[in-house]
Amino acid sequence: MRDRNLPEGDFNNPAVKSIIRSLAVALALATGLLASSLRAAEVYVCAAASLTDALKEIAVTYDKESGDTLIFNFAASSVLARQIEEGAPADLIVSADEAKLDALEKKGLLLPGTRKSILSNTLVVVVPADSAINIKAARDLAGPDIKKIALGEPSSVPAGIYAKAYLEKLGLWEQLAGKIVPTENVRAALAAVESGNVEAGIVYKTDAMISKKVKVAFEVPESEGPKISYPLAVIKESKAPDAAKKLAAYLDSGPAGAVFEKYGFIMKH
Amino acid sequence: MENENWQIVYFTLGVSILSTLLILPGGVALAWLLARPRWMGKSLVETLVALPLVIPPVATGLILLKLLGRRGVLGSFIEKTFGVEIVFTWRAVVIAIGVMSFPLLVRTSRVAFEGVNPRLEEIARTLGAGELRIFFTVTLPLAARGIIAGTILAFARALGEFGATIMVAGNIPGKTSTIALSIYQFVQLSQDSAAFKLLGVSVLMAFGAVWISEFVLRKRSSIR
Repeated sequence: MRDRNLPEGDFNNPAVKSIIRSLAVALALATGLLASSLRAAEVYVCAAASLTDALKEIAVTYDKESGDTLIFNFAASSVLARQIEEGAPADLIVSADEAKLDALEKKGLLLPGTRKSILSNTLVVVVPADSAINIKAARDLAGPDIKKIALGEPSSVPAGIYAKAYLEKLGLWEQLAGKIVPTENVRAALAAVESGNVEAGIVYKTDAMISKKVKVAFEVPESEGPKISYPLAVIKESKAPDAAKKLAAYLDSGPAGAVFEKYGFIMKH
Repeated sequence: MENENWQIVYFTLGVSILSTLLILPGGVALAWLLARPRWMGKSLVETLVALPLVIPPVATGLILLKLLGRRGVLGSFIEKTFGVEIVFTWRAVVIAIGVMSFPLLVRTSRVAFEGVNPRLEEIARTLGAGELRIFFTVTLPLAARGIIAGTILAFARALGEFGATIMVAGNIPGKTSTIALSIYQFVQLSQDSAAFKLLGVSVLMAFGAVWISEFVLRKRSSIR
């Protein structure tokens, strides 16, 4: 018998019934997913773009071992610092330079005593894999064959700041400034070289190592280049400070170090 | 405001005016075609033209980057034939904002053409006028207000384009940095005051453009 209060066909209509049924299934699935994700801590990690591949690999093991879930936000460290200043949800930051953490520390946004420098890196000059241009030293970048050079935005993105510092030290910056294509982050500089839209780029050695579409023209010796340092720190406003501290300790440990080194990073200790 | 910021404003105005002028003839011609009765492939062309309005601007940018890049079909052809580079230059900015504002010009102009009473064209035809003459002396003047409004809208869209531009032109200070790209950059650098100055300028310009286009359109409807 049809309920008189119901308009014709509403809940007895087979199409409507099947929609309700699928909605119920979707709801059950969603609640299930939500419940399982609540059991373990979710750790929001803001990490420098250059760490993308190494951290993703580390996360696979870490998620399994700790039961926590790492949620990454990869961007230029300048962008990350800015997001944290504006109150973005974050538990741990891994920056590609000390200056960004200095700024956050000054504003009281870091959990005191959690800051630690864990990694180092080196700069390389890369060219597209099929490039015929011969670059052996930084001064070759001034040659007429090189029309554009991609690097991280040189006033904010760490990789760009390092690259600029290196070129300035050699007295080449003024000369090359007109060729510079500044990018969002170091991976965008890498992509610009990969696509062949620029003749050369300055990126971290670790970025060059993950790409088959670029070749390293030369590596800046650690002694000649700027000091590159990757510090991490727990964010003061973290909702999971203990999980964040645990992750921070893990990233500075042997197993994580082995992965970082595989990707070309230099462990600090 | 500093000279550097004025340079950004002038550059943005310059590329927006240039791109609007470049799309104007083709846009008006296409709008007229789309206002005509059914023809083969009309709905396909209609959809293609509307695409930049509805797909993410960065997706449009990606398509342009793949086409115009040094290894892209068009990009490599142009570089070999004319020796002109496109990506990461001001030309890429003009192309990106042109593509993004094209649908606005076409759609607004099309409505204007559709509003032209076909009987007037019919009368001109019976009086012996050729199709070209009918277009320039009857159709175009009657649709002019709508086309002007569409042009201004397209121009306003060009002023604010971000996603497609950053993909094909990057954000190179003094070379491809438009107002929208600079605002983004200034925020990244925590230079909020500079960002707000440019924000103010862009609000004023956009307000002016939209207000003028509304004014032009309203005037037409009051005449009827």
